[in-house]
Amino acid sequence: MKFVDEYRNKESVQKIAQAIKEITKHPWTIMEICGGQTHSIIRFGLDELLPKEITLVHGPGCPVCVTPLESIDRAIAIAAREDVIFCSFGDMIRVPGSQKDLLGVKAEGADIRIVYSPMDALEIAKKNPSKKVVFFAIGFETTAPGNAMAAYMAKKQGIDNFSLLVSHVLVPPAIETILSSKQNKVQGFLAAGHVCTIMGYEEYEPIAKKYKTPIVVTGFEPFDILQGVHMCIKQLEENRYEVENSYARCVHREGNNKAMEIIKEVFEVSSRKWRGIGIIPQSGLILRKDYFQFDAERIFDLENIKTCEPEECISALVLQGIKNPHECAAFGKQCRPDHPLGAPMVSSEGACNAYYRYKRR
Amino acid sequence: MTNKKEYNFPSCPIPISDYPRVLLAHGSGGTLTNQLIDKIFRSVFNNDYLNQSHDGAIAQISANKIAMTTDSYVIHPIFFPGGDIGSLAIHGTVNDLAMCGARPLYLTVGFILEEGLAMEDLWRVANSMQRAAEEAGVQIVSGDTKVVDKGKADGIFINTSGVGVIEHDQSICPQSIKEGDCIILSGDIARHGMAIMAVRESLSFENTIESDSASLSDLVLKLIKSKVTIHCMRDLTRGGLATALVEIAKASSMAIEIDENVISVREDVRGVCEILGIDPLYVANEGRFICFVPESEAKEVLAIMKASPLGNDASIIGHVVKGKKTLVIAKNQIGTTRIVDMLSSEQLPRIC
Repeated sequence: MKFVDEYRNKESVQKIAQAIKEITKHPWTIMEICGGQTHSIIRFGLDELLPKEITLVHGPGCPVCVTPLESIDRAIAIAAREDVIFCSFGDMIRVPGSQKDLLGVKAEGADIRIVYSPMDALEIAKKNPSKKVVFFAIGFETTAPGNAMAAYMAKKQGIDNFSLLVSHVLVPPAIETILSSKQNKVQGFLAAGHVCTIMGYEEYEPIAKKYKTPIVVTGFEPFDILQGVHMCIKQLEENRYEVENSYARCVHREGNNKAMEIIKEVFEVSSRKWRGIGIIPQSGLILRKDYFQFDAERIFDLENIKTCEPEECISALVLQGIKNPHECAAFGKQCRPDHPLGAPMVSSEGACNAYYRYKRR
Repeated sequence: MTNKKEYNFPSCPIPISDYPRVLLAHGSGGTLTNQLIDKIFRSVFNNDYLNQSHDGAIAQISANKIAMTTDSYVIHPIFFPGGDIGSLAIHGTVNDLAMCGARPLYLTVGFILEEGLAMEDLWRVANSMQRAAEEAGVQIVSGDTKVVDKGKADGIFINTSGVGVIEHDQSICPQSIKEGDCIILSGDIARHGMAIMAVRESLSFENTIESDSASLSDLVLKLIKSKVTIHCMRDLTRGGLATALVEIAKASSMAIEIDENVISVREDVRGVCEILGIDPLYVANEGRFICFVPESEAKEVLAIMKASPLGNDASIIGHVVKGKKTLVIAKNQIGTTRIVDMLSSEQLPRIC
């Protein structure tokens, strides 16, 4: 298959792995931001192809994992209402809330539907005018244009039974939070190719400069990831700290203007709580005033929701790259995909899930 | 099979003007039930056993050993590219019997119909069942019909149970597999699951992906007749190839190594899987199976499979090794390995 097979080619993968070995002289710790990259690394065993001097740590780029517990509890409260059809991307419905998950609420009779796109939720709203249709708008910059488009179209078409429960997060503030933490071990970043396809990579340049840390925009196939690692190690060994693009077949420095325009039209930047990390200033998106009528948090009464995280879960440390899933006492024991304590064990982009699926000891 | 014929069935004998849709009364046991049975089921499935009009079917068999199985079919939509719930209900149960090394003979069928189901749809499903049964060499010898209130079912649910005879002395089951056995896969995987997902979610592609739903009985009987040694067979249904391998490894206390590079996935199916972030190893099939045979027999088994349209894409995908903690390991394209385990639930498309 074009654009897949050539990046999974054994010879080219081995060649780039060899090239990494040849340039690596010192120990380095690199973080891949995106959960999709984490899964690729673990599924293809890419970490095993790297010299022992290189440590890969997994970043917070799993949209399901960083959605705060409060948002999930709110989603559950909204979904449980009889007048609501609650629509969500698939992975979210299995993430544990304080008491239960959306799947459990569905079994209790709630009308919860898995959709592939927020536009599908908008269609459901059109077909069910007597119901309030709520879409759980989560994710990074990658899903933001689609979610924004749904709100934009709802406004344009006057669909007033549609709303978004927004829990959007942004990558660059998360990188800054990690780099400015006292516990930080990360010396170089692989930036998420899909996020940069939308946003470009200009906004990463001041971060690389300020923290003297190389950032390489990286794709998702085995060769892509190793190429990102190679460029990152090369910078580290040469004591450079620039933003480089190893995913040029998708990413341009200026990003996708149309997508950014629709994000700007509907959303504005705001502080946002990240599950496991806490509040990060200017790290999320909220609906602009013109779109308040589509804000589920303004439509439904969501007071009196108490949240509580399970104590055993160390997902906060896993999400910041401080601990590895194998270092968690509950991993594979009390915490499994069929009985998750934290979101990273559920999501198909979660680090714990990747380790459980492909790398159990 | 990819090149399925479109069949034209005779039109439904229950006059559309009278009962275009199934009513609760069709399940009441009264005249409407009788009319439904006579005009649709008895007329379509027509055979001596059914015509006994008894509480059950009485049949003579000439074997020491029989295999029995049952399965229920709930699929949405009931008609999909490459098949429908009727043909699926025959293929699934026939294939389960075939995997036991049995020659499938008789099936029973239980229908749960939702009030309001179009009579024409029921007619099409019944005809499709009969055609699939004829192709698989089985007869539908007994049945039951219930009608539930609208909203209490999804159009039509079907249960089929089957009986087959075992006419050889081989013990075909997971416990029979041995270290060194070759694992032969009968063809490309993941077509059924992706065909259903594409219809359900209105995903459109250049070519329609058709389900692989088919009866495997003919091919399996050919293998048995050829007297090759077969240790185990398993049809790949829900959970796909990966789940079948893990189940067998677990049941036999052996471990399995496979090579993902030789597992055939049609280009368009692979494309859809890649886009949605779905692993084809876990996607449902309805016309594929794996066969565990001693290495010395592998060549012959492969030749028999390849001579059949149901197995012309067959290949050796791996082998059985000594039992260890990790049950199934897959070698991938870049030469590294990964664990293959059961999924805790259905695969869901990725978010971004």
